[in-house]
Amino acid sequence: MDILYLLIPLSLALVFVIAVIFWWFLKSGQFDDLEGPGYRILMDDDRPPGAAPDSPANDKE
Amino acid sequence: MQSQATYNYKVVRQFTVMTVIWGVVGMLVGVFIAAELIWPDLNVVEWLSYGRLRPLHTNAVIFAFGGCGLFATSYYVVQRTCHTRLYAPALAAFTFWGWQLVIVLAAITLPMGYTSSKEYAELEWPIDILIALVWIAYAVVFFGTIAKRKVSHIYVANWFYGGFILAIALLHIVNNLEIPVTLFKSYSVYAGVQDAMVQWWYGHNAVGFFLTAGFLGMMYYFVPKQAGRPVYSYRLSVVHFWALIFTYMWAGPHHLHYTALPDWTQSLGMVFSLILLAPSWGGMINGIMTLSGAWHKLRDDPILKFLITALSFYGMSTFEGPMMSIKTVNALSHYTDWTIGHVHSGALGWVAMITIGSIYYLLPRLYGKNEMYSVKLISMHFWIATVGVVLYIASLWIAGVMQGLMWRATNPDGTLTYSFVESVKASYPFWTIRLAGGTLFLAGMLIMTYNMFKTMAGGKAVDAPVLAPAHA
Repeated sequence: MDILYLLIPLSLALVFVIAVIFWWFLKSGQFDDLEGPGYRILMDDDRPPGAAPDSPANDKE
Repeated sequence: MQSQATYNYKVVRQFTVMTVIWGVVGMLVGVFIAAELIWPDLNVVEWLSYGRLRPLHTNAVIFAFGGCGLFATSYYVVQRTCHTRLYAPALAAFTFWGWQLVIVLAAITLPMGYTSSKEYAELEWPIDILIALVWIAYAVVFFGTIAKRKVSHIYVANWFYGGFILAIALLHIVNNLEIPVTLFKSYSVYAGVQDAMVQWWYGHNAVGFFLTAGFLGMMYYFVPKQAGRPVYSYRLSVVHFWALIFTYMWAGPHHLHYTALPDWTQSLGMVFSLILLAPSWGGMINGIMTLSGAWHKLRDDPILKFLITALSFYGMSTFEGPMMSIKTVNALSHYTDWTIGHVHSGALGWVAMITIGSIYYLLPRLYGKNEMYSVKLISMHFWIATVGVVLYIASLWIAGVMQGLMWRATNPDGTLTYSFVESVKASYPFWTIRLAGGTLFLAGMLIMTYNMFKTMAGGKAVDAPVLAPAHA
């Protein structure tokens, strides 16, 4: 099973890379606000221009 | 300058329309091969035979239908959430035409019998290279757009899409390392069980990153948008992402239980498969609970019905999958139709339904309309599709368990109770129900196609202006 000598180190290297990316973005403040971003996509109005605001599909509460 | 700029909706529109078209084509091939199982006489010529059309079906639904859906939605989501136009529009156009070329080449070469015989990676080496080029272009466009974003935070959907793009690039390249012999024939650089291990390392991660992470990106944008509410817990969605990508890579060996693969590798695959239940269900609950306090919206919004039903099927199949990866369960389920039923619970119930819901959301916005041509037809599509999936899965559950029990039944003297062909004969009624389920699902896609063209006919292609972020 020589292939495991490739696949297992590859997976471990990948986990390490993922951990570094996670740490990097954590330090850069990417995950400081874990509430606001959920709301922010709703403030982005992507209805086509001239769309009626009261149509059920676009109903915002 | 900024206020006059518009989002690049053209490439989104192209991919969106082709998602529906390839969905119909791929599912039609599926219905045809399901019929071939019942009426073997349908194998009239070699290029319509089951063995050649089956990989065409899987490639068409996963990479043509699912792939176009992922391209369309990721290009839309990354632009809207980064508040910037798509990076490198020429490369984005290349991804569209390149991907369509890959699909057409697959539709020609697979029925002709050209195959590398690796499941979900059957395409021969020249097409593999084209896929790699398109994929690298996709990564450049996607991450280029992220890099020039106007908000500092990267929305969670983009993390899922980004993880999916990078993982597929790695998986595709490692799995398809092969030595060309002629223009249409190559041999894998791995041999025997080594090849099987690489194949299923690729195969299961393709399920994990293509069919799960990619579509979770879709879910984390379109469910909150359609519901008009933020995702239940944004914090949980971030945990979901990191937990999923940290634990996914080693589930593959569960496809090789009781084979020449070392026993400990099989057990490792099983353990990682069981661990996956936790992030999967966390994500499923997070998606469904987005509707917490607004369940009434499900009553009269068929798009939301599609999205939430998709999540329910995601929960079901991510429970079923780990259970089937347990070696004792697998001893019964492996090589039976239960596996096919499980795959379609994920493919039709989760992947197709979340895609269909997202596309119904996108189409009116891409063609300057308030809503689809007919909301009633969306509702009709939903019910037909749901009944179709349930018939499909339930019939193959029964067929699969029955086949497994028949194959292992022994007489007191140790001989087999049933011959293989007896299990085939006993499967016919269930295969017929499966065909009915698949036909219903295809009928739903045809309704969607009609609805789409009617919506496009009444609208005109619009590119929405780039909006400044709500507040910094």
